[in-house]
Amino acid sequence: MRTSTDAAMVSAPGAPLGTTTAPVGSAPPQQGARVLRLVKPKAPKQPEQHAMHRPLARLLLAPAVGTLFLWMIVPLLMTIYFSFIRYNLMQPGEHGFAGLMNYEFFVTDPSFMTAVMNTLLLLGSVIAITVVVGIGVALLVNEPFPGRGIVRVLLISPFFVMPTVNALLWKHMMMNPIYGVLAQVSKFFGAQPIDWLTDYPLFSVIVMVAWQWLPFAVLIFITALQSMNREQLEAARMDGANAFQQFRFLVLPHLSRPIAVVVMIEMIFLLSVFAEIFTTTGGGPGDASTNIAFLIFKQALLNFDVGVASAGALFAVLLANVAAIFLIRMVGKNLER
Amino acid sequence: MSAPITLRIAPALAVRTVAAWLVALLIFFPIAFMLLTSFKTELQAISVSTMWHFTPTLENYTLVQSRSDYLLYAKNSVITSVVSTLLGLLIAAPAAYSMAFFPSRRTKDILMWMLGTKMMPAVGALVPVYVLAQSSSLLDTRLGLIIVFTLSNLPLMVWMLYSHFKEIPPDILEACRMDGANLWDECRHVLLPLSLGGLASTGLLCLVLSWNEAFWSLNLTAAHAGTLAALIASYSSPEGLFWAKLSAASVMAIAPIVVFGWFSQKQLVQGLTFGAVK
Amino acid sequence: MKLKTSLALAFGLSTAFAVQATDLVVATVNNGHMIEMQKLTKHFEAANPDIHVKWVTLEEGVLRQRVTTDIATKGGQFDVMTIGMYETPIWGKKGWLNELKPDAAYDTDDILPAIRNGLSANGKLYAAPFYGESSMLMYRKDLAEKAGVKFAERPTWEQVRDAAAKMNDPANGVYGICLRGKPGWGDNMAFLTTMANAFGGQWFDMSWKPQLESKPWKDAVTFYVDMMKKYGPPGSSSNSFNEILALYNEGKCAMWVDATIAASFITDPKQSKVADKVDFAQAPSQVTDKGANWLWAWALAIPAGSKNSEAAQKFINWATSKDYIKLVAKEEGWGSVPTGTRKSTYLSREFRQAAKFGAAEQKAIFSANPNDSTLPKSPYVGVQFAAIPEFQAIGIAVGQQMSAALAGKTSVDEALKASQAAADREMRKAGYYK
Repeated sequence: MRTSTDAAMVSAPGAPLGTTTAPVGSAPPQQGARVLRLVKPKAPKQPEQHAMHRPLARLLLAPAVGTLFLWMIVPLLMTIYFSFIRYNLMQPGEHGFAGLMNYEFFVTDPSFMTAVMNTLLLLGSVIAITVVVGIGVALLVNEPFPGRGIVRVLLISPFFVMPTVNALLWKHMMMNPIYGVLAQVSKFFGAQPIDWLTDYPLFSVIVMVAWQWLPFAVLIFITALQSMNREQLEAARMDGANAFQQFRFLVLPHLSRPIAVVVMIEMIFLLSVFAEIFTTTGGGPGDASTNIAFLIFKQALLNFDVGVASAGALFAVLLANVAAIFLIRMVGKNLER
Repeated sequence: MSAPITLRIAPALAVRTVAAWLVALLIFFPIAFMLLTSFKTELQAISVSTMWHFTPTLENYTLVQSRSDYLLYAKNSVITSVVSTLLGLLIAAPAAYSMAFFPSRRTKDILMWMLGTKMMPAVGALVPVYVLAQSSSLLDTRLGLIIVFTLSNLPLMVWMLYSHFKEIPPDILEACRMDGANLWDECRHVLLPLSLGGLASTGLLCLVLSWNEAFWSLNLTAAHAGTLAALIASYSSPEGLFWAKLSAASVMAIAPIVVFGWFSQKQLVQGLTFGAVK
Repeated sequence: MKLKTSLALAFGLSTAFAVQATDLVVATVNNGHMIEMQKLTKHFEAANPDIHVKWVTLEEGVLRQRVTTDIATKGGQFDVMTIGMYETPIWGKKGWLNELKPDAAYDTDDILPAIRNGLSANGKLYAAPFYGESSMLMYRKDLAEKAGVKFAERPTWEQVRDAAAKMNDPANGVYGICLRGKPGWGDNMAFLTTMANAFGGQWFDMSWKPQLESKPWKDAVTFYVDMMKKYGPPGSSSNSFNEILALYNEGKCAMWVDATIAASFITDPKQSKVADKVDFAQAPSQVTDKGANWLWAWALAIPAGSKNSEAAQKFINWATSKDYIKLVAKEEGWGSVPTGTRKSTYLSREFRQAAKFGAAEQKAIFSANPNDSTLPKSPYVGVQFAAIPEFQAIGIAVGQQMSAALAGKTSVDEALKASQAAADREMRKAGYYK
């Protein structure tokens, strides 16, 4: 029978903090105020319980997996099928086999490479901004201060706004070079207002989307920080670790899984950002703010060419998988901690 | 129990308070501006001279009230978001629990696959889903939307709950199992309070995602099952000033969820406070 | 007890035999006139108690996508669709719409011939026009007077540019001319097509080859970019109708060439600071005045195979009839009636008195002809678009290039080259030529 005291003293990677250990896992629940902590290494499988509960575990997992499978498989199969035939809504009845023609057409769009670049740029920038700023903000509001409740609601408010309204908000109120708020602010300081949507279209879109997704990251990080073990931090502090060291060796590892979650989820949503682009810049000027989702939209809802749109959608899935594999290398190993 | 511990990132309470409020107000500013605009007339909304000085009017709100059936849209939004979120949690929580506490070799693969199901941009799958919905008579029904929302958010819920459950030390489960209780009772009394924070934050996030979901809401509904997304969409006129009206409609669309968020944010941060729970 | 029971029975029986109300689902755009129609629907429902009208109001682009997806997959979600002169010929030819056969009282001959032709295919009317618009030049007469500028009834683009130069005063927040620039086949391309027409160009020649690198297009786009750089407001490359309307109402534009419906907004003191300072002229010509002003109508149509086609027909008859126009006049005044559809509206004295822009608008609409809008002969129908399914995707691709040229990101020649390539690609794929 295992107890929580079967522990070995393990030091966290790269933590030069004297005799006490910087725990990487979770602390046992029953302790007094003593600072010395025993650390439990990653819990290996517990054979008896595992065997006892495995069928139950499978059963619990079944509904989620089953429904998702159905939901995914049917449209996916249909999309794959459509991508190999000629299927244009405006020309019903012509459903001949098209081979790779749809893929070829999608990929030879003159804006294709730019769209791929823009998609990745958008993805990367927004993820970076939301994670970095999100952690900062979450740390800032982690401890009590007057009005914390209100501040928290204010911080998560951008997430409640609908993407189209968000886009219009920024386009008209903030970024318009004549009557926008940012223009007024620059005029106040005597500077020439910047024409955001014309000169920095992709950057403007990144700002809009990052503003909208920041609360998501903040919320996840706030919840994650709440589960940090205070006593570990106190122990480290008493051992002379400064704020930065505490952050780097205690907080950041603790946040690694939430960061992975934020990155993965945002990646999914950001891949299909298109309402903001459509409403503000129409993909332009030129193709400066066109992304893959916009190209698919062009085919699906302007051309009504379901064949090419399906090919495009599958390509987007491919792109997402590539990005995901890349991101997993960077953060995904934290899934298993 | 130790005294309150401060995470010494910022030096003093005053500095932190000011910084936090500043950041919050900056982030909130565009919305505040939108709120302000909803009380202006269309002319005032586009005019620089009346940006800050104007006489407020309620005409936009009365117009939204009289022109559109706000209550119908709001009702549909509430029903579809809440039911899909609850349904999703019901399906996702057991799955996340199973993957967090009984991990197998397949766990990571399953997680990645779940996320993969969401990778296809919705716009590419519009026609297949539309045709499916039409053949199952689910077009323009709340049930259709609920199904779509639940299935769209399911991967997210599983991921977020999984991440949250991983924070719970397995020893807690061990401890209560050792006490001889069966899996359901004791652990539910121990596990549930600990996971409340995670469930709440996941639930809120997915609620908001469903609330704001515009693509499927617009494309799969017509006159009966439209949600607040459709209300908002009906205010963007291609020819005519609409900014003040849209601001008012927007405020009315986000008001319920902001209120809900305000009340639930206490729950959100209860979380797993291991330091305090003894 | 017996009385109660028999009453209950009677009530039950009567409701069982009561008229089943039909729910009529109408999809429409969110324009002012449509909103008006929604408000006045209670009159229709009072006259037709067995019909209950339900509205789905969407923005133009979303509406088009929604109804096209529905009609092409036979979704059956809508009983009445609001479509434009772009879709009607295409869908009519495909047999997706019910032919409209209103009775004599409706007076189909009263509908303006150009509009009627634009909404028909093979001689059959497929959509009833609800309101129509063209484009015209709207200028500030106070600024023109100050600058000593006089406008002919239909000036040329060169005259317009000279006028813009004289009225341009950015130091005081007034820009010489405001024109659309946001990418979109119905945004900047609607305007640019009329400009190219005026310079003697066309979208496709008789063998359907795109003509975007032809001299008229080159001249027109170079002229446009040059003029906007010198006399246009900043941010033009993401401006469409609403953005410029905001600028104009604030008094920041000396001239504007755009939809005639703008006239009703800029002369409305409730939303315009310059309501009484506006005057009108016809959209500028250059080499020709063919196709210099566009023609568009929002019309109501019935999808083929609709279950409620009778009720739908009744509704359409009501909404596009002379009586409806009189109803709006009674409720809101003659200045707010939907125009651009019937000759009788323009003949009405009250209308001409109430709508100062009526004369200019009438002239514009009467002079537009979708079947003959280019100097060289064209194979397509449409003034500011080509009524072929491929046009939407081509339009936005070209629109993006034009917007880039306007923003100074590419040269006009490069933009036109890329546009020609994009158009060529789509036309080839659609099989117009090998």
